[in-house]
Amino acid sequence: MAYSEKVMEHFANPRNVGKIEDADGIGEVGNAKCGDIMKVYIKVNDGIITDVKFNTFGCASAIATSSMATEMIKGKSIEEALTLTNKAVVEALDGLPPAKIHCSVLAEEAVRAAIADYCEKNGIPVPSDSFKCDGCCNSCSSSRQ
Amino acid sequence: MDRVYMDNAATTKLSEQALTSMLPYLTEYYGNASSLHAFGREAAAALENARKSIAENLGALPKEVYFTSGGSEADNWAIINAARMGAKKGKKHIISTKFEHHAVLHTLQRLEKEGFEVTYLEVYSDGLVRVEDLSKSLREDTALVTIMFANNEIGTIQPIAEIGKLCRSKGVLFHTDAVQAVGHEYINVHEQSIDMLSLSAHKFSGPKGIGALFIRTGIPLPAYISGGSQERKKRAGTENVAAIVGMATALDASCKNMKTNNEKVRALRNRLIDELTKISHSRLNGDREKRLSGNVSLCFEGVEGEALLLSLDLKGISASSGSACTSGSLDPSHVLLAIGLPHEIAHGSLRLSLNENNTDKEVDYVIEALPGIIERLREMSPVWEKIVKGEN
Repeated sequence: MAYSEKVMEHFANPRNVGKIEDADGIGEVGNAKCGDIMKVYIKVNDGIITDVKFNTFGCASAIATSSMATEMIKGKSIEEALTLTNKAVVEALDGLPPAKIHCSVLAEEAVRAAIADYCEKNGIPVPSDSFKCDGCCNSCSSSRQ
Repeated sequence: MDRVYMDNAATTKLSEQALTSMLPYLTEYYGNASSLHAFGREAAAALENARKSIAENLGALPKEVYFTSGGSEADNWAIINAARMGAKKGKKHIISTKFEHHAVLHTLQRLEKEGFEVTYLEVYSDGLVRVEDLSKSLREDTALVTIMFANNEIGTIQPIAEIGKLCRSKGVLFHTDAVQAVGHEYINVHEQSIDMLSLSAHKFSGPKGIGALFIRTGIPLPAYISGGSQERKKRAGTENVAAIVGMATALDASCKNMKTNNEKVRALRNRLIDELTKISHSRLNGDREKRLSGNVSLCFEGVEGEALLLSLDLKGISASSGSACTSGSLDPSHVLLAIGLPHEIAHGSLRLSLNENNTDKEVDYVIEALPGIIERLREMSPVWEKIVKGEN
């Protein structure tokens, strides 16, 4: 299955690429061994994600899902951002080939990891379903597809 | 710059010559080569001329060449049936290598499930197997040795004549998947002591869907596809005469022009290797000299191959990669892992495969485009960040 035009557009012109030096939360998930690592930086003000950046090592869909996921949480509250699902990211990109679904899972989890990091740093109870990547990409693809 | 095609190891453009030779057999001479009438005789004559020409270019006899649907079928046929022949004599051991094409590897896995034992020879970091290792692995019950002539991903050329000589001296059948080498490297099945050889036309500017298996006289390899009595009852199915004629034309041209083509292609290849390995944290995969004239296989740390491939595609450059994302699994290419690359580096692989249709201008364009693409991908790569910081 080929990539949708939207995936290719986000791959060619990814939004929010970069780092935030004074980030309030940083989440890194994935594993170089499996070929995907996503690192998401968030800036939070009054519970609102005012800025978000990402760095991704991975294939076109990993870059496109990072771009889309960060777009989708920008300007949202922490609570809203936590409702972001990999499915929503896939839909926003007009679909992904089945073998690439794990990239969207990774994007969702990178966002959650960044939020969890922010919560921990600020003494806010970490939302219970915040993800901690175990570094094994297989565990994502098998359980979340 | 128009589109640049540098994926000739995947397939090649059909040559004008091959196309021209095929056309009459798609229009005027459409007979079935098995028919007795005039139409049939025309087709049969074309078939036998093609067989003779292909045989000559391999140093074989016409009766030793059997047409197949391509390289995969030839590999399946040779390996499965040589194994069955061995099993009848109580020989159920096969020797191959870790970096064969899947047409060979998956066939061997099938045989393993049926009770055959397969020894997969190590491939060293230079992308070559060692004849000493083969020598040590040969056993009384070894039915077959199957080792590729040249690797499809990293282009390394194996010591085929030495392997053939050793197998011959031990009385063990030797098959080689020469799909990447035929038409590009000197091949003489008798000089190189090859018992069976697989080839595919579309790798040397012939049409797709056609190939051949060379079977040395005296090897009673049973038929693989049953049916009519085509190919001396060894391979049933009405022959694709046009494709066979095109294959013969393409092979003849490739062999006649091999020296000039290779000189030209090697110069382009060397320029790509020299310039692209100037990019920091890059490496050439496989021995620099013992490789196909058209093969450039590189790894770039901190970037992922599929992203690299699609970035090149956006600039009109068609290449290939052995990254996990292009292999459809989470593991990168078995070839790159076989030569000892860690997963992290193997994910960042790029293969540019050239042939005589490529030009200096195209090479210039790739040399100009690639560094910027790598830089862009590295800028957004957390893995690269760690490499730069010296953590990796």
